[in-house]
Amino acid sequence: MAESEIKLLGAWPSPFVMRARIALNIKSIDYEFHQEKLGSKSQLLLESNPVYKKIPVLIHDQKPICESLIIVQYVDEAWSSGPSILPSDPYDRAIARFWAAYIDDKWFPSLSGLAKAQGEEAKKAAMDQVREGFLLLEEAFGKCSKGKDFFGGDRIGYLDIALGCFLGWLRVSEKMNGVKLLDAAKTPGLAGWADKFCGDDAVKDVMPETDKLTEFAKILFQAKANAPPPAN
Amino acid sequence: MQEEQVKLLGLWFSPFVRRVEWALKFKGIEYEYVEEDLTNKSSLLLTSNPVHKKVPVLLHNGNPIVESLVIIEYIDENWKQNPILPQDPHERAKARFWANFIEQKITEAMRTALVTQGEQQEKVVKELKEAMEVLEGEAAAKLNDKTLFFGGKNGLGYVDIVLGWICNWVEVIEEVGGFKVLDPQKQPHIHKWMANFVEVPLIKPTLLPKEKMVVCFQMVRQAHLGLAAKK
Repeated sequence: MAESEIKLLGAWPSPFVMRARIALNIKSIDYEFHQEKLGSKSQLLLESNPVYKKIPVLIHDQKPICESLIIVQYVDEAWSSGPSILPSDPYDRAIARFWAAYIDDKWFPSLSGLAKAQGEEAKKAAMDQVREGFLLLEEAFGKCSKGKDFFGGDRIGYLDIALGCFLGWLRVSEKMNGVKLLDAAKTPGLAGWADKFCGDDAVKDVMPETDKLTEFAKILFQAKANAPPPAN
Repeated sequence: MQEEQVKLLGLWFSPFVRRVEWALKFKGIEYEYVEEDLTNKSSLLLTSNPVHKKVPVLLHNGNPIVESLVIIEYIDENWKQNPILPQDPHERAKARFWANFIEQKITEAMRTALVTQGEQQEKVVKELKEAMEVLEGEAAAKLNDKTLFFGGKNGLGYVDIVLGWICNWVEVIEEVGGFKVLDPQKQPHIHKWMANFVEVPLIKPTLLPKEKMVVCFQMVRQAHLGLAAKK
């Protein structure tokens, strides 16, 4: 059989890479996964994403596509016969894109802010931000799901992928800080959604186990602590 | 046939609003423009965009869509004439990539450079120059005497509409902020693109006099620096 026409450059802990993998799984696309090593970038990655030099990169027929949400939309559009990832109605698509942008621009920075926060006060402020974001997303879930299991309705879609990819790291943050950030009492819709998302066929094989991810997080933070300051 | 009701909530000096106007004009869509007052935001704005409380807001038959790039894609998908994004999925992905790059590395950085000074501003300006270099590379690769715009043989496209704000705003922000990023020697292709963009018939009448914008953005800069000093 010819060399795989579809390659994904990524790393198993990355939530952004997970977005691409879930999209490919939804469409039942076979692909070659190239695991990038922590701390080094392959020649293929540097050539395929010269602007950002970051994963994920999807390579289809030797053409690279970069940026996780752009990859998800590309997969949806290039394999239009498979199950839809974005909603079909333009207004619903706009709502999904709005919340995905909110997640990337506002919510995820608050989660990664928690990991970087030094001291109790800073940590509490970061946690409050994450929780406030969840309250907004709970409301969005109510409106988008219209009583069904997922933001996308009966099946997982764009917005499920955009948020769900962070559940592994969310659980690591909860474990390492000894707190609950996604609270079933305050955000019951999202809490129920999270379990269903993680159990979905397109997700379960690519969602890292919390223990494995926690170990990785410890190595990562240690490496960052030990690394010499970057030369400018 | 039901008449489409299209309303745009905006601010005259906002590049994000202007982009949406260009997209609407490009499609030949009739719309009602409503000028907002930042010091007294309308209840329509606040109910339409409760998360960010910002313009632009597009209201289509009463339904609000917010965030300029989201609005432009909505306009493109809802009105099929004069496509803004390319048809081919890979070309679409590239257009979205560059729009995203412009937004993250140039638009946001310009905003920061406008409201900072000293070391903080210097850092952002350095990053801006690097970003402009990357964009110049893309412009050099894509544009030539036959292909004036990023939209290719269709003329204007998504990337042009997303980038176009630099033609009317960057010089203003540079003057107010006291720094320089645009350089015709270092960015000849971008400058050629800018010269062509401002001559496009639907764009030209929308351009605003520099002096008016300078006054406005000076106030924005002073307000932010004043707030920063109080902290």
